[in-house]
Amino acid sequence: MSSSTLSRREFLWVGAALGGGLLVQVACRGGAKAESPPSDAKTAPPNIFIRIAPDDTVHVTIPKSEMGQGVRTALALFVAEELDADWSKVRPEAAAFDPQLGSQGTGGSGSVLDTHSRLRVAGATMRQMLVVAAAQQLGVPASELTTKDSCVYHTASNRSLGYGALADAAAKVPVPTNVRLRKPTEWRLLGRDGIKALDVPDIVHGRAKYGIDTRRDGMLFASVERATIFGATVKSFDPSDALKVPGVKEVVEVKGDRELGVHAGVAVIATNTWAAMQGRKALKVTWDPGPHAQEGSASYTAFMRDAVSKPGKELVNRIGDPDEVLAKATDVIRADYELPFIAHATMEPQNCTAQFSNGMMELWSPTQFPDWAHDAVADHLKLDKSKVKVNVTPLMGGAFGRRINPDFSVEAAMIAKAVNGAPVQVVWTRADDLRHDFYRQCAIHRLEATLGPDGNPVAMRHRFSSPAIDASTGKRGKFGAGESDGIGNHVYRVPNRSSEYTLLDSGVPRGWWRAVNTTHGTFALESFIDELADKAGKDPYEYRMALIDRWVVDQPQDSKDFPFNPARYKATLKLAAEKAGWGKPLPAGHALGIAQNVPDHLTYAAEVVEASVTNGKVNVHRVVVAVDCGRVFNPDGARSQLEGGVVQALSAALGEEITIEGGAVVQGGFETYRLLRIGGAPARIEIHWATNDDVPVTGLGEPAVPPFFPALANAVARATGKRPRSLPIRV
Amino acid sequence: MLAMELTINGKPTTVDGPPDMPLLWALRDLVGLTGTKFGCGTSLCGACTVHIDGAPTRSCSVTLSAVAGKSVTTIEGLASGGTDHAVQQAWTELNVPQCGYCQAGQVMSAAALINRNANPTDADIDAAMQGNLCRCGTYVRIRAAVKRAAEIRRGVSA
Repeated sequence: MSSSTLSRREFLWVGAALGGGLLVQVACRGGAKAESPPSDAKTAPPNIFIRIAPDDTVHVTIPKSEMGQGVRTALALFVAEELDADWSKVRPEAAAFDPQLGSQGTGGSGSVLDTHSRLRVAGATMRQMLVVAAAQQLGVPASELTTKDSCVYHTASNRSLGYGALADAAAKVPVPTNVRLRKPTEWRLLGRDGIKALDVPDIVHGRAKYGIDTRRDGMLFASVERATIFGATVKSFDPSDALKVPGVKEVVEVKGDRELGVHAGVAVIATNTWAAMQGRKALKVTWDPGPHAQEGSASYTAFMRDAVSKPGKELVNRIGDPDEVLAKATDVIRADYELPFIAHATMEPQNCTAQFSNGMMELWSPTQFPDWAHDAVADHLKLDKSKVKVNVTPLMGGAFGRRINPDFSVEAAMIAKAVNGAPVQVVWTRADDLRHDFYRQCAIHRLEATLGPDGNPVAMRHRFSSPAIDASTGKRGKFGAGESDGIGNHVYRVPNRSSEYTLLDSGVPRGWWRAVNTTHGTFALESFIDELADKAGKDPYEYRMALIDRWVVDQPQDSKDFPFNPARYKATLKLAAEKAGWGKPLPAGHALGIAQNVPDHLTYAAEVVEASVTNGKVNVHRVVVAVDCGRVFNPDGARSQLEGGVVQALSAALGEEITIEGGAVVQGGFETYRLLRIGGAPARIEIHWATNDDVPVTGLGEPAVPPFFPALANAVARATGKRPRSLPIRV
Repeated sequence: MLAMELTINGKPTTVDGPPDMPLLWALRDLVGLTGTKFGCGTSLCGACTVHIDGAPTRSCSVTLSAVAGKSVTTIEGLASGGTDHAVQQAWTELNVPQCGYCQAGQVMSAAALINRNANPTDADIDAAMQGNLCRCGTYVRIRAAVKRAAEIRRGVSA
């Protein structure tokens, strides 16, 4: 999008849109927090575009990927509030990757944090310019005008003008340098319940476009037979039977790239997806199994169990001398917690459409990080960066961190380059998707502690082992700090404590699964705190409250999230306990479990789970989530994110496990990779806000996930007297 | 290749394709209706659910030849005469979808349920919707929205 006759104020550029209307361009960079003045005001080009078209529609183009977290709705809401726009006329649009736009990555629960204050200023600026334009046209002072639902009103003369009709004139009005933002008491969209998510009408009518729905003239479809053993390569292949399948046009080899996570394979290209899949079945491929063919879950578990039974290879952090205290203690409490690899299993399998034509590579990719996809495609195919264009598809069918990696984009680009000319859509089957993920790493944690006469821990040692995410692409070095998120940086008062880490070498690709490392560390730590409370004969809620204080933690890593605020911790935990009726009688066989997170992306969350176990089955009746994320701008969308986090964690806690045999993933379908179905969903999920308007707003995509695992385990332990120490829970 | 005659969303349609091609791929790649989604190809996720002569069916596991002469309704054709199905209305009212990818299948399964059961209980809903996976975790809202759709059918206002 471009504009003529721009005038700018700080981070805004305002002018007429080509094709008519008012265009405002906004520079919103990651890290531009809260109300602080933009540090990049002088240099950064705009990356969000807001256009009022002559037909009254408001088009908000954002450099963020929509994967179900509601980012298109959330960011447009800030604009619409201050603009006084008719919400039904707001249209979200996805930005193609443009190096000028800066980072376009979506992850880390940061989209609202990064952009909200400037989007509000942009909306208010546009509104003021429309009012000035209306004042000129109606010949009345601007002070007599009001706005509502994309119209400017002059009540005294009973006249009104629509924003669309005013947009061209507004583009010529001097840009105000000082606009007043609405007070929260004046909001009519922000903070209100029942805001309609912008993409829902398209979704329920089948009009919504995901990556797999990309359609280009003359396009072909590909299915790739990939090495199932990680690191295996193609020794030879015979395409002759595949080429006999009606519709199959071409068969090409795909070279693997371990650093990018692209698997070696053979692609069958056809006129439709089904023909490509049939052709693939007719391929004959022989593989060189490579260096990881002997690896398996059993050997990983054996290595990690051994690793946590002795000092870790990396000392992550240490306060006091836990080794000394534990060595002298007469009563040491020890527990091991074990977690498997898990898959993202997005409902939309990985896919990407690419076209190489006249030296130009264009992609239509459902990617969370078009920046990475762009650079990886250019580097890998040795194309000039200016010759690669990455379009982000309007929607993606779930992501949860899976679509950060550029593997599917690079693979599609390689195939398109070989085809040379026609656009090619590479569609992964469910088996491809489950067997070629970047998995949440498996992990084993051993916690050891001894208690003082008051029942509080005097020393605690946390040893754990995992195949680190960052070691997945062949990097070497220390990984304990990153892997220990949620472990080394907790805020329970323990005068002597340490965390130690040992890396497991593995050929299995690892990646960022919703809430990342805190999904395994929090399970171990928050389960163990309950075990200590049991040993001390104390209530687990009261025990936690008493252990949270201003203890200065020896930080395991540079973290923007430090220091955590003990008062917010306690308020969130208290809210969860109160709303859940902690301590009150429950139906027979039911029990409550409580847990909290290390503030995940700065958001504090505590959960209480009510569960029972009947006939060898865990039933989750009710989940209470208390959250402090600062101010909540779109409560319904925010609740969706937390409800989703709870259900996704419940799914992983009860059924999900990726196992490795012979260097390959065993599970190739939903019959073996068992996602939660509706019958297993809680009857109720209640979200409660620990309202806090005095702190910067923080993210909600991930924080509900980590505390759910231990809250459920703690509930099951109380309901049955038997503590689950490994996931998925088996009773 | 055969020319198969069937009705899609009320319109008589001729589809030229291999008789063993699953209806899912015929709809998406040959007819150009991409609202019906591919999730697993093995009838285990429900993303591809359509109605065949009114019955909810996994389109990934029924061949083109098997639907010759039949009437197929996809998510694109669920609203009739410009009026949304009660399930579509309820889904919008309660903001059920997150990523939305599974929701075409969820909506089609829910619509089939509502069409035959005017007042479904939680147990009815769980039984009818058990075949439809949602990775974003919208199940609690789905239960509420199916009940709301039943209310809409009975004329209960929001």
